[in-house]
Amino acid sequence: MERFRKTHGRRLDHEERMRKREAREGHKASKDAQNLRGLRAKLHQAKRHKEKIQMRKQIKAHEERNVKSASENDPKTPLPNYLLDRSNPAQAKALSTAVKNKRAEKAAKFAVPLPKVRGISEEEMFKVVSTGKKTAKKSWKRMVTKPTFVGPDFTRRPVKYERFIRPMGLRYKKANVTHPELGVTLQLPIVSVKKNPQQPLYTQLGVLSKGTIIEVNVSELGLVTAGGKVAWARYAQITNNCENDGCVNAVLLV
Amino acid sequence: MATVAPPPSKRQRREALERSQIQQDVTPPVIEAGSFKARFVDNDGNQLAETIEVPLADATEKNVSLLLNTLLGREREEFTPYRFRIHLPSSDTVIDNYPTPSEFLAVLRKHGVENPFETTITLSAEPQAVFKVQAVTRMSNKIPGHGEAILAAQFSPKTSSLLATGSGDNTARLWNTDSGTPKHTLKGHSGWVLALAWRPDGQNLATGSMDKTVRIWDESGQAVGRPFNGHSKWITSIAWQPFHLWRDDTPRLASASKDATIRIWIANTGITEHVLSGHKGSVSCVRWGGTDLIYSASQDKTIKVWNAIDGTLKHTLASHAHWVNHLALSTDFVLRTAFYDHTKNVPTSTEERRAKAKERFEKAAKQQGRIAERVVSASDDFTIYLWDPEQGTKPLARLLGHQKQVNHVSFSPDGTLIASAGWDNHIKIWGRDGKFLATLRGHVAPVFQCAFSADSRLLCSGSRDTTLKVWDMRSFKMSVDLPGHEDEVYALDWSLDGRLVGSGGKDKAVRLWRN
Repeated sequence: MERFRKTHGRRLDHEERMRKREAREGHKASKDAQNLRGLRAKLHQAKRHKEKIQMRKQIKAHEERNVKSASENDPKTPLPNYLLDRSNPAQAKALSTAVKNKRAEKAAKFAVPLPKVRGISEEEMFKVVSTGKKTAKKSWKRMVTKPTFVGPDFTRRPVKYERFIRPMGLRYKKANVTHPELGVTLQLPIVSVKKNPQQPLYTQLGVLSKGTIIEVNVSELGLVTAGGKVAWARYAQITNNCENDGCVNAVLLV
Repeated sequence: MATVAPPPSKRQRREALERSQIQQDVTPPVIEAGSFKARFVDNDGNQLAETIEVPLADATEKNVSLLLNTLLGREREEFTPYRFRIHLPSSDTVIDNYPTPSEFLAVLRKHGVENPFETTITLSAEPQAVFKVQAVTRMSNKIPGHGEAILAAQFSPKTSSLLATGSGDNTARLWNTDSGTPKHTLKGHSGWVLALAWRPDGQNLATGSMDKTVRIWDESGQAVGRPFNGHSKWITSIAWQPFHLWRDDTPRLASASKDATIRIWIANTGITEHVLSGHKGSVSCVRWGGTDLIYSASQDKTIKVWNAIDGTLKHTLASHAHWVNHLALSTDFVLRTAFYDHTKNVPTSTEERRAKAKERFEKAAKQQGRIAERVVSASDDFTIYLWDPEQGTKPLARLLGHQKQVNHVSFSPDGTLIASAGWDNHIKIWGRDGKFLATLRGHVAPVFQCAFSADSRLLCSGSRDTTLKVWDMRSFKMSVDLPGHEDEVYALDWSLDGRLVGSGGKDKAVRLWRN
């Protein structure tokens, strides 16, 4: 094709055909979306999904470019002379200030964003494993059907002694943590599961269900405690049903 | 879900009991008999006294210091404490920390002196302040009052009971530090108060603001004269003319601004005497030296030296590769305090005051018989330069070691140490000739400011990590950690008699620290 094009050139109406095809692109996409079936539909949707994300990002970037930001020489909070002409990483700092302000209110100490959760029964949580003669007969082995957090130094016990299996595919190491006041979301490593409101057993197993309190590593934010030490972990509460979504979303407790 | 530790077992209890009953044997370490020959020199290497034999058993630093004082024929009341550094014969090694008598031989042997009884050891004696400042250890007052972050703080040179702070709420305030109460509110500015400076005799305070003006206030909180208009952008730094240079009792004032100029004002009338223009970027810091030179650091990477009398440019010191952030003079302390010293004897007449201020300046600036005021500059290019502007435009030393921008430098009151602080969370200490001495690690965020105590034995630093830390300048270790601020510490000053540290920051309250 390339050689042909080089020797004979394009068709005379090439430009027009291209313009028309481009103009009808939307119609074609719509038709495909409505009519494709099966795997093709899936592939098409996946492609379209990615395109849309890119589009939104681009629109957002354009919008940001058009907004006039407050002049950088005149920041809102007072700064000493030696900080005036510098761009300050204010984000993480604002975070820790917000934490401090919040902590001053006593009542807010024990409040969490999700106070109530749906109960999960053991039948739903565990699947009975019945492979092998003895295991089937006594049915003592369980497989956890929900996502879990497993510490980095965990090794599975011998088959004979392992009562609870936590499947590899349902293990998570990172959570998308949102700061409620700033509205920033960061992907942070999970340190531990502090409390699963359903049962202490689920806490021990590290089950990540909606409403669970987890500890996340915030060292990269550079927060500082009152004593001047670097705060490296903070609590967060899980806000989504991880087993449905395939990711862990959480809000930071401030 | 706190876990209670199990109670101690029977065996553990028995062992604890035994441990508490048996007494540790305390025998004093054996000090070897013998003596060494000591030769005393001062900082410039001149011999102070005859070589003398010192018995090893009594060779504590205090005793040797007494001995030197006696050799110099001083009266008991005039005794000066000394700090000694040991120079080893036939090598350049210097032992900075004087060992105790029991360790003396071991330390010498470690450095290759096998038989110290045969050799003469050179001890360089650094006079120390005759008074001693205790490290501040606790917060004595938290005084709310300002409505916004505190951006600058300075103690009055006259008395440590008066502290001035400038804030983002467009006011400056005077605080009574004895009672921990607000004294006066200086209202008038229409922008943040970014810079403030006490006149060296402590009568007036100058404040520079975001609203492009400089205002003068007296001790009772009243405005003096009209605001000084002229700058076209905000004021970054203010320096008063040193007391001994005042001509016909007229104080002058230099203000540096973002508009790249420095203005010299006659403080009584508010008339601009000179406009020093020549910088191409914001002037970040200005200092008025004791030889009537004005030093200015700028974001155009240069330091300029001006003659204050006619406003002409003397030198341009261009070695830095990025913004110059801060300047310090070796005589900062004496210029700031003029005729006030630790003795509380304040001369009454103007002539005596001037003579005393001049004498103090010359004593501080004199080096090898020559008045040499040294300047040290901190820059964004991670380096610090040491200059002697009288000598020319070549730097004396380039101080390398910081890993990020250097924000603040200061000379110790006796001029022997330089402290530099910056964005790499460390403070570095350098000798008078720019030799690296130590790194003070401890802060977990950029260090914004630091202040020496009046006797140069301690250093206090304030940081973004909300703490103040006090460092011992002999062992270069942290002596006290002072948490208490709820947010970044922007401004910090150690009172000139060493009684108090005052600090302020983003949490809007002034805090006073005592020992």
